[in-house]
Amino acid sequence: MIDWLLLRDIASWGLILLGSAAVVTGALGLVRFPDFYTRLHAAGVTDTAGAELIIFGMMLKAFSAEYGNGGWLIFAKLGFIAVFLGLTSPVATHAIAHAAWMVGFRPMLGADLHYGEDGE
Amino acid sequence: MGRFIILVVVLALIWLALSGYFDNPLLLSFGAASSLFAAYLAHRAGVLDAEGVPHGIFPGILVYMFWLTFEIGKANLMVARQALAVEPKLSPRLFLVPNPPRSTLGKVIFANSITLTPGTVSIDLREGEILVHGLTDELSDEAGINAMGERVVKIERGRA
Repeated sequence: MIDWLLLRDIASWGLILLGSAAVVTGALGLVRFPDFYTRLHAAGVTDTAGAELIIFGMMLKAFSAEYGNGGWLIFAKLGFIAVFLGLTSPVATHAIAHAAWMVGFRPMLGADLHYGEDGE
Repeated sequence: MGRFIILVVVLALIWLALSGYFDNPLLLSFGAASSLFAAYLAHRAGVLDAEGVPHGIFPGILVYMFWLTFEIGKANLMVARQALAVEPKLSPRLFLVPNPPRSTLGKVIFANSITLTPGTVSIDLREGEILVHGLTDELSDEAGINAMGERVVKIERGRA
């Protein structure tokens, strides 16, 4: 007899820990990468893997007995959060990147991380 | 009229999923009334068009989101490896990719997909092209991004 509740708890905690690790990784990259545009990529790890994995982990926990029949309501709300986070976080990232580009801030390019000439 | 009915049904379903009232006639009628009223306001504001109620992209968009989840996972691993490496081997570069979708909605889905995938950020949208910043040579996968664009075009035409 397989203990499905135990399996669910293990899966849920696995996802939450993996998501937390992704958040820490993103934060580390944010500090370690050399310029503005490369740091945006590190923030992307926190935005996508970090947030979504933690939410998926919480969705697995939504059907616990302590919430009674209301479990699917929590599940649905977390699902909405996951979808809308996925729709809005790239818009925010693009807004920041585009603003930097429009004021003439140019990225470091190439393996030697030199600043390109103005233009492209 | 078709879009109006679709919007009312979707709003009612969202109301049910967020409230969870199934057996209280008064609250259910309030929910139905508010769905109708919100759809009427959308109609009055003139946003009941292909962008406001994009039913044409379903169900293709669901398949696409599922596929994109795995692409995001793969790209996340590559960026995380650079972030945790003792000596990150970055070679950022800027490149232009074609933006094939015809509708504004399709262009937005494509540009957002590029940004959502870690390692590539869409910086500037131009006439038929997107300027992309890639973190490493491996992540600046132009062929992969072009394939993603072709997928968006298929969704736009109503095929998965």
